[in-house]
Amino acid sequence: MAAVRCVDLCKTYRQGDQDIKALDHVSIEIEPGGFVCLSAPSGGGKTTLLNAIGGLDMPDSGEVWVADRRIDQLSKGALAELRLSSIGFVFQAYNLIPVLTARENIEFVMQVQGVPAAERAKKSMAILEEVGLKGLEDRRPAEMSGGQQQRVAVARAIVSRPALVLADEPTANLDSKTSDELMTLFTELNEHHNTTFVIATHDQRVMGYAKRLIRMLDGRIVDDIEQHAA
Amino acid sequence: MNIVMRLAWRNLWRHQRRTWLTVGAMMFANTLLVFMISMQFSMYGLMIENTLKLFTGHMQIQAPGYKDDQKMRQTVADIVPLAASLRAEFPDEKIAARGQAFALASSEDRSYGIGIFGVEPEFEPQVSSIPGLIKEGRYVRGKNATEIVVGAVLARNLRVGIGDELTLLGSGLDGSFAAAVVTIVGIFDSGVVDVDRNIAQIPLGAFQDIFFMDGAGHQVVISAPTLDAAAAVLPKIVAAMPPGSDLVVHDWDALQPGLKQAIKADMSSAFFMYGILVILVAFSVLNTQLMSVLERTHEFGIVMSLGLKPGQLGRLVMLETTLLGLIGFVLGAIGGVLLTSYFGVNGLSIPGMEEMAANFNLPTRVYLEATPLSVVIGPSVVFLFTLLAAAYPALRLYKLHPVEAMRTN
Repeated sequence: MAAVRCVDLCKTYRQGDQDIKALDHVSIEIEPGGFVCLSAPSGGGKTTLLNAIGGLDMPDSGEVWVADRRIDQLSKGALAELRLSSIGFVFQAYNLIPVLTARENIEFVMQVQGVPAAERAKKSMAILEEVGLKGLEDRRPAEMSGGQQQRVAVARAIVSRPALVLADEPTANLDSKTSDELMTLFTELNEHHNTTFVIATHDQRVMGYAKRLIRMLDGRIVDDIEQHAA
Repeated sequence: MNIVMRLAWRNLWRHQRRTWLTVGAMMFANTLLVFMISMQFSMYGLMIENTLKLFTGHMQIQAPGYKDDQKMRQTVADIVPLAASLRAEFPDEKIAARGQAFALASSEDRSYGIGIFGVEPEFEPQVSSIPGLIKEGRYVRGKNATEIVVGAVLARNLRVGIGDELTLLGSGLDGSFAAAVVTIVGIFDSGVVDVDRNIAQIPLGAFQDIFFMDGAGHQVVISAPTLDAAAAVLPKIVAAMPPGSDLVVHDWDALQPGLKQAIKADMSSAFFMYGILVILVAFSVLNTQLMSVLERTHEFGIVMSLGLKPGQLGRLVMLETTLLGLIGFVLGAIGGVLLTSYFGVNGLSIPGMEEMAANFNLPTRVYLEATPLSVVIGPSVVFLFTLLAAAYPALRLYKLHPVEAMRTN
């Protein structure tokens, strides 16, 4: 059973009086425990593909399967349930909730999942330690550096041990040292917990960490390479 | 406090000035509503008390059917002993017996048809303010004295004064001719033209003699210490009626149906004004919450991508509004109670009212009272409309698409 399977996905956007093909008959299959980078220039379709896999955006045609569920036909509510239970998101702009502390940001998703308070506290402290933010748990996003915020975002994405993590340009706002630390963290999670990672990036250094590199151009897959990670 | 509650609370204070402005609008409206409604209820209480104090009392014992068709023969037998036994049984209540007949009152120059009331002079001042409204002379004394007090308008119409005699001609209980000559000992001025023109009072004993009542009368008037106490004592009075008696006990509402209607009419117009105030506050909340939702569209997209359903986001917005409304409720209610309490201690005098009230034997200052109902009713409606106003921004979230929301800055 594939962790992610996309079959003949098409998605067209209307921009002004022009139709932009964001996905043009895209088909991919990613095995569980995969560590895949989607690489494309801006407008190449990588974010659209990532959003389609995460159920954030619907393709015009084709099929999207996550684990054994076809998700492109699910309702808004069912997609939200799927994201809550099985998918973690990491965004370029961190996207933490500004009025909550680091620990509360991480616990927020667990609370929605219905995890008891004691377990939430235990898990959030453990994950903060794992991402190297022990001692910063009571800081709000505005009181942390970009790298620290991104680590909180990663901790939030993985605290419930989702089978799939989707990251959209996670290192775009980070310096090279912090980027390396983040990618090392991703790699460890991938290896130790068999979490499947799909990362959209145009950062060559990030691509170097991937086991598999998929290049896209104008909404089409132009290259799909297995590689030895850095 | 769980995280969702904490999130809602902190979201409120992201824009402190805006939140305080909205809370301030609610607080102002709630304070005003509590004060105005308390004042209105206090005024109504005073209005009812003063109207009933003039003549009607809080309740009356009558023969069946007398209230709607006041026939001479519908009497309460042995009315004086009945009133005396009730006074003994209910020492906190003021009780007086009356008889009522219609007669032609003639002076030397003129004649008018009037209502003659036989009263117990020692007890009547406890249930009616008319004895205290004597402007000339004095009130009637004794049980059988052939003396009379008349209203100022009637005295003017008959062209009579203190010491003049009036001839009363009427029909007795047995249908026989009833006639008497009585001396005017007092003239009262209640300020109510109908009362001052149509009513005269004589001692009950004399009334029973003139109209051949054989110890009977028509009303036992009862006044309780307060209107609330009257409601509580009414069933006890009913239970105290003589065994086998068919007498009925009417409360003030039945005796003065127009009074409640007047209050209802006044309440309708006042509550219309309050409604406008509440709607203005609701629009203020709608504006705040709509702004708050629109400026957080990006953030809502993020939390939706994390797995939150639109309904959960809607509940978050409603929770924020609930907290906002509760702050406005509590602060406004406190403000309203404080303002009302100030006028409860110092009294409120409406310009021009003092002189008028003094003329009519009414209190010159209204002492306001904040009751649980007057404190809760206004702020509750504001709170309800606040929630309704937030429903639109909350419902908008159901249409939110995560990707489009995240593109919003």
